[in-house]
Amino acid sequence: MKLREIAHSRGGDKGDISNLSLIPYNEADYEKLKEKVTAELVKDHFSELCHGNVTRYEVPGICALNFVLDKALGGGVLKSLAQDKHGKTYSAALLEMDIDW
Amino acid sequence: MKKVRIANGAGYAGDRLDAGEILIRNGNIDYLTFECLAERTIGLCQRDKMHDPNLGYSRLSEERLRRTLGPAKEYGVKIISNLGAANPAAAIKLIQRICDEQGIQGLKLAAVIGDNVFDHVADYYDYDVLEFPGKLGDIRDKLISGNAYCGAEGIVEALKNGADVVITGRVADPALALAPLRYEFGWTLEKNPHQFGQGILAGHLLECGPQSTGGTYADPPYKKALDLAHMGFPIVEFEESGDFIITKPKGTGGEVTPDTVKEQLLYEIHDPTAYMTPDAIADFSHATLKQVGQDQVLVVGATSHGRPEKLKVNLCYKDSFTCEGGVTYGGSSSLQRAQIAGEMVKERIKIMGIDADEVRVDYIGFNSLYKDKISRMICGENMVFPEIRLRVAIRVKDYAAAVKFRDEFDSLYGSGPFACGGVTMAISEIINVCSVFVDRSIINVEVKYWEA
Repeated sequence: MKLREIAHSRGGDKGDISNLSLIPYNEADYEKLKEKVTAELVKDHFSELCHGNVTRYEVPGICALNFVLDKALGGGVLKSLAQDKHGKTYSAALLEMDIDW
Repeated sequence: MKKVRIANGAGYAGDRLDAGEILIRNGNIDYLTFECLAERTIGLCQRDKMHDPNLGYSRLSEERLRRTLGPAKEYGVKIISNLGAANPAAAIKLIQRICDEQGIQGLKLAAVIGDNVFDHVADYYDYDVLEFPGKLGDIRDKLISGNAYCGAEGIVEALKNGADVVITGRVADPALALAPLRYEFGWTLEKNPHQFGQGILAGHLLECGPQSTGGTYADPPYKKALDLAHMGFPIVEFEESGDFIITKPKGTGGEVTPDTVKEQLLYEIHDPTAYMTPDAIADFSHATLKQVGQDQVLVVGATSHGRPEKLKVNLCYKDSFTCEGGVTYGGSSSLQRAQIAGEMVKERIKIMGIDADEVRVDYIGFNSLYKDKISRMICGENMVFPEIRLRVAIRVKDYAAAVKFRDEFDSLYGSGPFACGGVTMAISEIINVCSVFVDRSIINVEVKYWEA
């Protein structure tokens, strides 16, 4: 199953760092999402785009995860040669991940 | 019970121009903010100011103010904005001119200054830079602006002294909302750490305009697109306890639900327990959201833990030039032909002796956003595209080299593969941003006043 069937996401940028939220539509899915979507899996998924660490933060108040991808924006949003310098489209790429639900 | 209603009518310099007036007339608000400064905006505005001392405020300010100063006076709404950018005093002159022309009288105007440290930037040449190894002095010849991220204190002072319009340069975005809350409720960080956290969270939810009310959100069939042409911009309604409701004007597009608010709550956040602002280190990790009415979400539970000892100074510098060319191929073999052209352009860069620091080749329609792995995963077995746009972007040190690449790309029509159209080329100067951290005591925030 693709993540987009159960969760949504928004991508943000700070310098060369991208952050991608992952928010289950149903808060009851939060615990299972924590088990299934690890920082390692996200790093592997973005292996061609992210050249640094991936850190995962848990946000229990709103039942969401926040992934922080270092060295992921082509040297920084102001400098990048990419079409999408802000990496806003990375959020849609995250939701394309296949998970065993 | 006293309630304070704050709205934000712009999430960036180019945001919708009609949002502010709609908020004033239909939002029942006390304060209207406009957040107009992205990281490099001040660098670009500093250049405008060097060309003309009457410029240096954010672009579109004139149109934004022409549409809102009159209604703000009529409804008793105070305006707070960082649109002053590199030259808040020039923005005040602009406001006086608009007031004269529109017959608006009796407004007290304030400019918050002191964030601009570029005049003594040499004091920081020995400082370590956050973004790259080395000292600030290493790029001394390329620097064009330097501004400290200030907190809410200058705006609070202006409001205490009766200002109706407060124009700032660089302040932390959430300070635009935290300031009127501090002024109205008399909060201090020592006594009200919870309220500071809530105020910073509100500022964060407001600062990107409609990104909390259904903007950058729609993704049918999962998330509906609801009248985006009439998108409602966000309003927060605060109680003295720090609890607040986020909403939008009645009859506008978009929606306010826990899901729209969650996306913005984590936007550009790293560690949710430590969101750094000059006013406080906010903790959003235990904030909770609850739908309490149509397009009304109650937000509680954010807090803060002290404030950073140092302030961040944001410096803009001339980095490089880029040039990008694009051309579209049609037909079922379009990707293959675009790839032939892409390899050809790379070879031509060498033949023509263009000294490129970086070259990027994209095939728009296939892999320009995600490179190959994720793109192939999405395509599956189907690798036939009716059209593909080749995009080649290069980074060079100077304008002349960018022109050389542009002219070379233009020649691709004649010598490249079959069936393409829509060649475009564009050159950009890259203004980059770096930062150093300085002691608070170095930054002297001042407020100046005028009448309109």
